Parts: sequence; C-alpha cells; structure tokens
Amino acid sequence: MRRRPDFGTISLNATLGVLAGACLILLTMPTIVVLMVSFTSGFSLRFPPPGYSLHWYAALTDAWQLQFAAYNSFKVAAWTTLLSVVLGVAAALAIARSKRLSAAILDSIFMSPLILPGLAFGLAALIFFALIGLPVSPLTLVIGHTIVCVPFVIRVTIAALTQLDPSLLESSASLGASRWYTFRRVTLPLIGSSILAGAFLAFMSSFDNIPVSLFLRNAGTDMLPIRMWQDLESLLDVKIAAVSGVLIAITLALMLVMERLAGLSKRLR
Amino acid sequence: MGKIPPRQRGGIFKQNTLLAASRQHLEPLMTAPVARASYNVGYDIKLALPLALFFLVFFITPLLLLFFVSLHADPGMARMGLDQFRRFLTDPFSLQVLGSTLVIGVEVTALCLVLGYPLAWLFVRSPGWLRTILILIILLPLLTSVIVRTFAWIVILGRLGIVNSTLMALGLIDTPLRLLYSESGLVFALAQVHMPLMVLPLITALSRIDPSLSDASAALGAGAWRTFLRITVPLTLAGIFAGCLLTYCMSLTAFITQSLIGGGQMTLMPAYIYQQAATLQNWPFGAAISIVFLVAVLAAVTVFNLLGRLAPGVART
Repeated sequence: MRRRPDFGTISLNATLGVLAGACLILLTMPTIVVLMVSFTSGFSLRFPPPGYSLHWYAALTDAWQLQFAAYNSFKVAAWTTLLSVVLGVAAALAIARSKRLSAAILDSIFMSPLILPGLAFGLAALIFFALIGLPVSPLTLVIGHTIVCVPFVIRVTIAALTQLDPSLLESSASLGASRWYTFRRVTLPLIGSSILAGAFLAFMSSFDNIPVSLFLRNAGTDMLPIRMWQDLESLLDVKIAAVSGVLIAITLALMLVMERLAGLSKRLR
Repeated sequence: MGKIPPRQRGGIFKQNTLLAASRQHLEPLMTAPVARASYNVGYDIKLALPLALFFLVFFITPLLLLFFVSLHADPGMARMGLDQFRRFLTDPFSLQVLGSTLVIGVEVTALCLVLGYPLAWLFVRSPGWLRTILILIILLPLLTSVIVRTFAWIVILGRLGIVNSTLMALGLIDTPLRLLYSESGLVFALAQVHMPLMVLPLITALSRIDPSLSDASAALGAGAWRTFLRITVPLTLAGIFAGCLLTYCMSLTAFITQSLIGGGQMTLMPAYIYQQAATLQNWPFGAAISIVFLVAVLAAVTVFNLLGRLAPGVART
C-alpha cells in the first residue's frame, strides 16, 4: 500500500537529502582539490591553479629523498603485512566461534591497538627497545607496525569465519578429513578473499602509519608519510601535491582491484 | 572434494552423512549446539599463542614499562614518585590541553553523526549502481593517506584557499579569514578524515532494519518524521554508538591532522606527548601524559560500550 507523499515525508527526505549531499561534498572535495592543485603550473598552493602542467610530477623523478622514503615505507609495509597475516589468521581461527572466556579476552587485547592512541604506544615501544638494547631499525618498525596493523586482519578474518556455515566443516570432518585437510580444502578457499582484504587494509595502514614510525625510525629509515609531513610543516612544497596525486591514483587502482578480487566494500561493513 | 584418507572411512561414515542431511532440515527446529557438539570443528586456542606472545612482549610489556617510567620523579629517572601525575593534574595548561582534546572530539563526533547519518540513510535507499559509487566515495578517504587528506585541507582553508577566495569573490569579506590554525577549521578537517568510520557502522545498522516496521508505523498513522525519530533512529542506536566510539577515539588521537591544521597555537594531547617525549626528551612526563591520555580514551570507550549495551533495551521501549 503506497500513500501519497505528504508534507512530512517531503520535508524529511529533503532535510536528510541535503545533509547527505553536504556530506558527499565534504568527502569528495579534498581529493578533487589535491588532484587539481597537483597539476598546477604555478609555484604555490593557490586554488584554483593559475594554469595546468605536469612539471610537479616531473619533479618527482629526481626527488631522491621522497623516493628513498617511499621505498622504506613499502618495504616495512610488505613485511608488516606478511607477519600480520601469518599471526593474525592463526589467532582468528582460534578465537572465532570460541565461547571461552580466554578467547574473548584475547580478542579485546588484539583489537585494542585500533582504539588506543598510537603515539602513546610509539613512545612505549621506543622506551622498551631502548631498554632491551635493540636499536631503532626497519625491524623495530615492522614489529611496531604489526601491533597496530594485525587488528585489521583479525577483524576481517573473524567476520568471514563467523559467516562460514559450520555444517560445511562438520561434513568435511564427518567424511573423515583431518582438520588440516579441511582447513586447506574448505575453510581457506572460503575465507581467502577476506584474508586478502584484511592484508590489503593492514598494508595500507602500515604504509600510512605516522604515530608509531615517529618514535621507531631514524635517519636511515625515513618513512614516506613522515617525510611528507615534515616537508609540509616547513615549506608547503607543491611537490607534496604531486606525491599525493600519485598516492591517490595508486590507492584508487588498488581499491578497484581489491573490490574485484576480494569484494572489499562488503568486508569493511 | 578431493580424496579422503581411506583408513578413516568407516561404518560411521554412512551414519553421519544421514545425520548431517537430516540435521539440515531439522536445524531450524532444534537447538543447534546439542547436535553440533558431535564434531569439534573449532580450532585449538593454541593457534592464538604466537600472536598472544607477540602482544605480550611487544605491546603489553612496553605499556607496563611506560607506566613504570611515568612513576619517576625526574627526567633522569633516578627517583620514584607520583610527581609527574601531580604536575599534570595541578598544571592549568596540561588540564586545558586534555579538556580541549576531549571537547574537540565531541564536536567532531557530533558533526560526523549529523552529516554521516543522512548519507548512510541515502545509501540504504539507493539502487545498486548508485551504491557502488557511494561506497567508493565513502571508502576512498578511509584508504588514502592521512597526510594527503590533511594536505587537501591546508589548500582549502589557507589564506588563498577555496573558502577565502569564494567568500571574497562574493564580497562577503574583504580580507582573508584565518581558517587554518583555527578550531572550526580543525573540526571540519577531522570530521572529513574520520567520516567513513561513522558511516560504515550506520550503513550496517540501517540495512538491518526490517522495512515493514516503518510501513507499520505509517499505516498506524505516524508521520514520516515521527517514524524516523521513533522507529528508525532508536533501532540504529547500536550502530550510532559504534560509529561514535570509532570517530571519537580516532579524532582524539589524530596527531597529524591536529598538528598540521591546528598548528602550533592549539596544543592537543598527542602533540603534547610528542613535544615532551621527543622534543624535550622528558620521558617520565611524556609517559605520564600518555597514561592520562590512555585512561581518558579507555574511559570514553567504556562509556560508549555501556551505552551500546543499553541500546537494544532503549530500542524496545
């Protein structure tokens, strides 16, 4: 039964529609602004740009400091992702569906780095490594990043395991398959795309991490977001706009690939 | 399915497929756990051991150490004492830093809720193709670098940025407003940076609502506003608290956005920790600020969780 729209319906839809529109503008405007400024022909961050050119992108080819930092960030993010997936998936298998108290406690401990201030953990980790005499290095960075990135893998994997129909595992077990066999042939194919999505989130969050890196890096392990931050604080360099443009393009491309391979948007909800 | 180790195929095999098949039909009627106990398909809790050890060594120990360091009276860490906490709690500047951090978090969360709820509402009502576009718009900021997002706001809020040039072109102002390094600029920037964290749980909550409930409400004569405020919003309270929790915690700890948009005039807790610990090398005081901040964030989490737990009860009344 459909009723004719009355004033209340129209005004409610209009109010929510306008607010949603404002929200969409708020969400998209910054990305569009960065992309436009990165193509500026001028030498300042003026908007709208006086003209368009590619010379800030060309300038990136010999910005060795930024390239070095990007390489470091990539390396650390790759190792962090590997470690997070191995440790995180194993932990997720143990915790998911378990009704034990220990599982619930472990779950909240593993998730806590998501909520706790990263800077406080960064300082704590620095003090810890100084105490045990481990100098700051890519290794300390990978360890620190894994703590803050593993929650993404766990969360997404647990969500997939919870949705898994247990009767599939029961049938496999009742047909005589060993637990490891069931994991390889039943569980893994069903949750594989979720693990991929979790790995992607962990990678992006490590690549973008500042609070932990800030305390655990040194001059030899300059990280891209920190380099960009320091460049922005000191000289408002337009080159940073070009780096941002590159990062947005890569993120967008990876997102589309992940959406196809892993149904990314479904995993995040 | 691949090969099954032959030695494990016994008489039990036949019996149990039957059982599994019958269970499929009976399941809705039965209380499942009784039947399920026959096969232990869960994994050993020991699989969590490697990560638990990793967390014990590299997460819990450092945090305990941080607490221990905060209990030292002097930067050289020669004497123990509660001096650092006393200093924080009696220093008007420190308290003001804590206060304004918590207040800005509330402002950001409120703005995210007011703008994010309608967007989630729009998403749930959209056809498939529009949903794809909307989810892309919502997710892109979540996955792009925080630096990139913050950088955009420097361009937007700067002296020659969009806001100022638009206002000047319209003749509303003569000289550029100081938006960068202002609290309102910071609140908008933080809201944009953390909007996805609000919208995603709300989308989940809204899409779980049975549409027949609003139809029933309408059929009983309630207007659209009344239905929205009395049916839709209360049913999504759990999602609202989840979204608020994430947005609030993240905007409290968003060091980069805070320092680049807020600038030097506005010190917030993360910048205060960094300043004391890294710039001034005063580890005990930096550690004490961190502990106070951790406790404040944990208190906020507890409050939101309690509210979230009450939420279904609220929805039923």
